[in-house]
Amino acid sequence: MATARNPAALIRPLITPEGVDLRVKLADAGTRASAFLLDVVIIVAAAVAVTLVVIFGLGGLGVKEAEPLFIVWIIFIFLLRNVYFIAFEAGRRAATPGKRIVGVRVASRSGAGLTIDQVIARNLMREIEVFLPLSIIAARGGAGVADTLSTIFGLVWALLFSLFLLFNRDRLRIGDLLAGTWVVETPKFKLVEDLSQRKDPVAKRFHFSPAQLDAYGIAELHKLEEVLHRDDYFAMKAVAETIGHKIGAKIEPIDSRAFLTAYYGDLRAHLERKLLLGNRKADKHAR
Amino acid sequence: MTLPAGTDAVRQSLASFRQERETDWKAFEALLSRVEKRAPRTLSEDELLALPLLYRSALSSLSVARATSLDSALIAYLEALSLRGYFYLYGARRGLRQRVGDFFLRDWPAAIRDLWRETWVSVTLTVVGAIAGYWLVASDKRWFDAIIAPSLAGGRNPDSSAQVLRSVLYDGGSSHFLSGFAAYLFTHNTQVAILAFALGFAFAVPSVLIILMNGCMLGALFQVYAAKGLGFELGGWLSIHGTTELFAIALAGAAGMRIGTRIAFPGELTRMAAAAQAGRVAATAMVGVMVMLLFAGLLEGIGRQTITSDATRYAIGGGMLALWIAYFYLFRMVRHGHG
Repeated sequence: MATARNPAALIRPLITPEGVDLRVKLADAGTRASAFLLDVVIIVAAAVAVTLVVIFGLGGLGVKEAEPLFIVWIIFIFLLRNVYFIAFEAGRRAATPGKRIVGVRVASRSGAGLTIDQVIARNLMREIEVFLPLSIIAARGGAGVADTLSTIFGLVWALLFSLFLLFNRDRLRIGDLLAGTWVVETPKFKLVEDLSQRKDPVAKRFHFSPAQLDAYGIAELHKLEEVLHRDDYFAMKAVAETIGHKIGAKIEPIDSRAFLTAYYGDLRAHLERKLLLGNRKADKHAR
Repeated sequence: MTLPAGTDAVRQSLASFRQERETDWKAFEALLSRVEKRAPRTLSEDELLALPLLYRSALSSLSVARATSLDSALIAYLEALSLRGYFYLYGARRGLRQRVGDFFLRDWPAAIRDLWRETWVSVTLTVVGAIAGYWLVASDKRWFDAIIAPSLAGGRNPDSSAQVLRSVLYDGGSSHFLSGFAAYLFTHNTQVAILAFALGFAFAVPSVLIILMNGCMLGALFQVYAAKGLGFELGGWLSIHGTTELFAIALAGAAGMRIGTRIAFPGELTRMAAAAQAGRVAATAMVGVMVMLLFAGLLEGIGRQTITSDATRYAIGGGMLALWIAYFYLFRMVRHGHG
């Protein structure tokens, strides 16, 4: 799948009215599937809970008195299935609880605000994408007339629609296609410490020449940042050895963290200075 | 120092950039978390005014950071923060109450008017289906079971006596406020309507079939009653809620056909854009259809069993139909006249 190989393939421009490109990332198929499954679990759990309450209500009351309860039950189940998605996606965060948990939301493809008719269109289509084939199978199975052929037909139908989003670049369901929407990631990052401002007493010992700092570019700098944030002893030791070997410095394993912090700080300052002077050194191969 | 001059100066200025802006980002983040959870009403006036300013400050920080800083964690943080702010500030422009008001005053009737051509086709198909159903059952009564599922027929079939048929029409009997059967019919009808809409994208063929089939059921039932000389009475029994219900289902079919035909013949737009445009009009119409079906369910549950006079039944059914037509097609003129 293209997604796994190249994450950049899912990034789309989103130009705000202020003229800044926010570069949204589309949710990949696995995220979409897990969000949907979470929602199904929530719906089923709610349905089971309410059904149990109704059954005990029926047991306690006579059949006559229980009928209003029965009607409420029918309407509740109906609402759960049809309104759950619409109500949550029309809300401020434009996401069902499942989507919220995996960190995605629905957005309009045009970049304008999401309108309620778009939410309705994309969710009514879910009826034929998922619920129709499954309910046909369930009804026929319940009546004891589910033959292999109709079950296979129902499953193929459901698969065809649920896999539809794998066959287009923008990961659109049929419902997204008709509503003009797509599903984007809304990650939440904490503001972490600036590594180049880290005070490390040992790091002050290290000094690098311009030639040593020219060995790497921005791509390597970002990898180094990742390693430092992860703070894994063996990874840092391995990276420190590689860098030390390349720039001709000798580092004790115990000093790898301090060495990397010092090298990161100096490399970043070096590259940022270049950047300011108009030279974005993309990676170690660039001049 | 062996480094070129100015390296430390660059480092210093980037550090102070972050120091100076950081409080703004933090404040924006805290404010966003609050408004995402609760209504904007809970904010003070100052906070409300600060929100767009903080958003623009975050955006400008992002631009600066992208151009000058190589701290990818910082850029990712600012991107996520700006995106959250963008979705909040440009996302929901109107409150829920205003949206609902707009829907009933403008969006819903406008969507139905927009579908007028498909609505005619859909109504015509229902009539054609009804004639076909009538004719089929008249020619061979075994067709009845094939057309109407036993669970929906309520025990009626061509072999029922006139007495049984009549009792279904007038027997107030248990006279519950809203019987379980009516609630079942409501969910069933809504499901049919959603299907007629949602299947439309397959070039409208399934929508046409569903509407035809619906007409067939109507015709078949009518034939059974007409054969026993109860046609007029059945008309009253059906029309009290049926005018609303059949109109709603016809509109759902029309919405489905709009999507199918726009995908098949997108005109000047791209196929995707045409589909998206048709989908939105059709979806608005569909919410209206569900409201209509709810009305039909209420009429069915309350009115049908308690009102047993044919004339009243016809009057209510005709009145509802006139009301819908006036609301959808004439309301606009009234509003223009006043405004």
